[in-house]
Amino acid sequence: MTKANAGGMRRLLLRRSLFGLFTLWVVSIVVFVATQALPGDAAQAILGREATPERLAALREQLHLGGTLPEQYFAWLGKLITFNPGISLAGGKPVVQTIAPMLLNSSVLMLCAAVIAIPLAVFIGTWSALKKDTAVDHVTGVITLVLASLPEFVVGVLLVLLLATGFLHLFPAVFVLIPGQQVWSNPAQLVLPVLTLVLAVSPYIIRIMRATMLEVLDSQYVQQARLKGLPERTVIWRHAIPNAIGPVAQVVALQLAWLIGGVVIVEYLFRFPGIGFQLIDAVTNRDLPVVQSLVIVIALFYVVVNLFADVVTLAANPKVRTAQ
Amino acid sequence: MSTGAPTLVVEELKIIGVPSMAAIIDELSVEVRPGEILGVVGESGSGKTTLGLALLNYCKEGTKVDGGSVTVGDKELAGLHWRQVRELRGRTVAYIPQSPASALNPALRIRTQLAECLAGDHETVLNRVREVLREVALPDDDAFLRRYPHQLSGGQQQRVAVAMAFTARPALIVMDEPTTGLDVSTQEHVLQTVRNMCKTYDCAAVYISHDMAVVAELADRIAVMYSGRIVEIGSTADVLANPAHPYTARLLLAVPDLEAKRPMVGIPGNAPSPLARPQGCAFAPRCPLADAGCTVAPPGVTDVGERHSVRCFKADTPLPAIAAQPNRAHSARGASGRPAIEIKALKAGYGSNTVLQDIDLSVYTGDCVALLGESGSGKTTLSRCIAGLHHNFTGGLLLDGVPLAASSFKRSKEQRRRVQYIFQNPYESLNPRRTVEELILQPVIAVRGRVKNSREIVGNALERASLRPDHALRYPDQLSGGERQRVAIARALATEPEVLICDEITSALDVSVQSSLVDLLRSLQAEMGLTLLFITHNIALVRNIAQQVAVLEQGRIVEFGDVANVFANPQHDYTRSLMKATPNFQLPSRLYAGPRTAAAGAGPTAADELQARAL
Repeated sequence: MTKANAGGMRRLLLRRSLFGLFTLWVVSIVVFVATQALPGDAAQAILGREATPERLAALREQLHLGGTLPEQYFAWLGKLITFNPGISLAGGKPVVQTIAPMLLNSSVLMLCAAVIAIPLAVFIGTWSALKKDTAVDHVTGVITLVLASLPEFVVGVLLVLLLATGFLHLFPAVFVLIPGQQVWSNPAQLVLPVLTLVLAVSPYIIRIMRATMLEVLDSQYVQQARLKGLPERTVIWRHAIPNAIGPVAQVVALQLAWLIGGVVIVEYLFRFPGIGFQLIDAVTNRDLPVVQSLVIVIALFYVVVNLFADVVTLAANPKVRTAQ
Repeated sequence: MSTGAPTLVVEELKIIGVPSMAAIIDELSVEVRPGEILGVVGESGSGKTTLGLALLNYCKEGTKVDGGSVTVGDKELAGLHWRQVRELRGRTVAYIPQSPASALNPALRIRTQLAECLAGDHETVLNRVREVLREVALPDDDAFLRRYPHQLSGGQQQRVAVAMAFTARPALIVMDEPTTGLDVSTQEHVLQTVRNMCKTYDCAAVYISHDMAVVAELADRIAVMYSGRIVEIGSTADVLANPAHPYTARLLLAVPDLEAKRPMVGIPGNAPSPLARPQGCAFAPRCPLADAGCTVAPPGVTDVGERHSVRCFKADTPLPAIAAQPNRAHSARGASGRPAIEIKALKAGYGSNTVLQDIDLSVYTGDCVALLGESGSGKTTLSRCIAGLHHNFTGGLLLDGVPLAASSFKRSKEQRRRVQYIFQNPYESLNPRRTVEELILQPVIAVRGRVKNSREIVGNALERASLRPDHALRYPDQLSGGERQRVAIARALATEPEVLICDEITSALDVSVQSSLVDLLRSLQAEMGLTLLFITHNIALVRNIAQQVAVLEQGRIVEFGDVANVFANPQHDYTRSLMKATPNFQLPSRLYAGPRTAAAGAGPTAADELQARAL
């Protein structure tokens, strides 16, 4: 039985993964069309009006601008799949080498934010649900609503004013990476960017956690667990939370996927050397291969995070887990 | 029955709503001895669930205990520390919920949910769990223990819930409608299990139900609740043979008789909400015996026999016998005798799963044909095929000799007009944001476009469904369950249909309402010459409304014929087993006038007048 069940689960996951690959393929077409296939000469756009014909020809060669559009697309896609998307036009180094360290830095930032935000939000949401209609609940409700309605750069600026420059001087306002060091070498510098991201993603998770938890706490099986004389702790941890996790996982995934988009602005704000900062840089420099690769990386992250949320939701639902 | 010290003593219990301060339960005293099963019956809103939960010192949100005491064994619940209450729950007092499908945690294995009722070392707990599973006739192997609730059938789920309650050998068990929603044969198994378990453990039990027939079969004593008070309590035999309260008598008469020997009569009017209870006897507005004296103050308790007492000023006045229409409605079948609906070799399913096959059925114009079957027998699928709601079927379906398209979208407006459908649950089938008038006009506009005489159509439909004209402007949540279902009937009638499909239309409603709906359908059939298709799992109802019955088992019609013949001489084992499993009880005939007098009695009786007043 267990084997067959695992098979059912595996089939579902395989289907989701294939769908994820399909999504990525669609994204690659959009990226290609938006950057390279639009009317006008990409090489000209990159090099500007004063470019010499020789340099234009060389860049066209490098970007595979000769040939028909499908030919160009498949040549580009082939290089992308083999992790060889070309040379960065701005730095002259291969794109992979340019992106990799930034990707690592951003991952550290997002990981810190996720590791703090998710448990914290789940906890506050649950607590708020348990204290329904008390002062605690109302205050949480107002704060999450205010935070959810503020754009993350406003939150970031307020934090800088509050904790770095204006009121208190606890943390540095901008990130300075000394060459040769890693981003986590000076943790104090990480505090403000991480805090901004945490404050940006938590409100949604808190609100959905509270709503889901209220529904679960109102259910008959929770009443039955209480009538069985179980300690309240067991009622919540064993009976309520596993049933609330499934719907919340989807929102968590959406928030994580948002993180990588939100990170662009937050990194720029704090001058954090990550992919967001690099993306803005690459767009300014018209560094086409880097822009294309970063967008694909961000899309990949979206797909993976959503796939992961599906796994969690499925795993939290025994009906799916045990389906033949 | 043991005569030792009572396990449960409730004294003058009062529970109020917060913040309305309205009494949900008042002046409630009762005791249950070890090994005794007390049946608590009442209509919805009578406070029986609130009482059941109070026995575990549990108040639903918005309610609180405002006086009186509940003593289980030697412990007075109100005086306990919350930690002691927790220890009491599940160990001394256990609770079996109404719907095991929603009371068992979907995310936890059966083993976890059973084992957590007990403290102790792993091995001992597991052995006890296996023992109690065997006692409720469930498998006790590891594979079963590893299952999740959704992997069990409805009956198995309820037996798990029973096992869960008995695991810790409690002194008192509270059961809240544990068999509502189960098939009759499953219900019989569960009742048998409950009875055996109570005997084995010499455990006192409180069995809450709206189903008088089930309580009569199971309980040693019956407490009838009305509007938060126990209006009559006594041994089952006494209460059935000599109901002293008019409400008890009417409640008994509202239960359809399996043999259809006596009429089923609804109780007119509605039970008052806790916010608007009358000053005197709460039942007075609906009572055929009530006089001015009944409306001054609530009646006190009068003893009418050994451990048999009643709250009524008229306890010694016999209830006038109730005359009712002859039991079985007669067919309105015309002389021509042609089938309105013909089904030939129908086969239907969901995806690759076949749920109906080899269905051949002719429903003659003016007849009422009952589709009788347990859940999963395919009766609802069949009715949905006829209505055009389920189009994954093959075979012939003819309306008046003309083939019907499978999907209602492909049927002509005229065809759609002629076949109307009434759904099971009026709490879900009426759009809460539309007034009754708009609801009734919707199908009319759908089949006939804008109509000029809309007011007239609504008025007629309401009148036919025995509703008042002023109901037209109300919203569904301003109506009682019975009124809602009448609105659903009015909506179906508004297009002047010829075939009316009634899908378990009484199963979500109280018995008292059920009988008046059956009365209504019977008279509609007679007056309008309607052809009825009545889907139900309740044999007694079939005998009271239909002329013909098709018994469905696992997607096939196993028996078809005239109601009288089929039940007098059932041919198929399945029909026999259904009849055997259905609880039934006999009432003293002095409670109702025999069919002869009823047919002869031309003048309106007090009950008839009362009925008329309520409608």
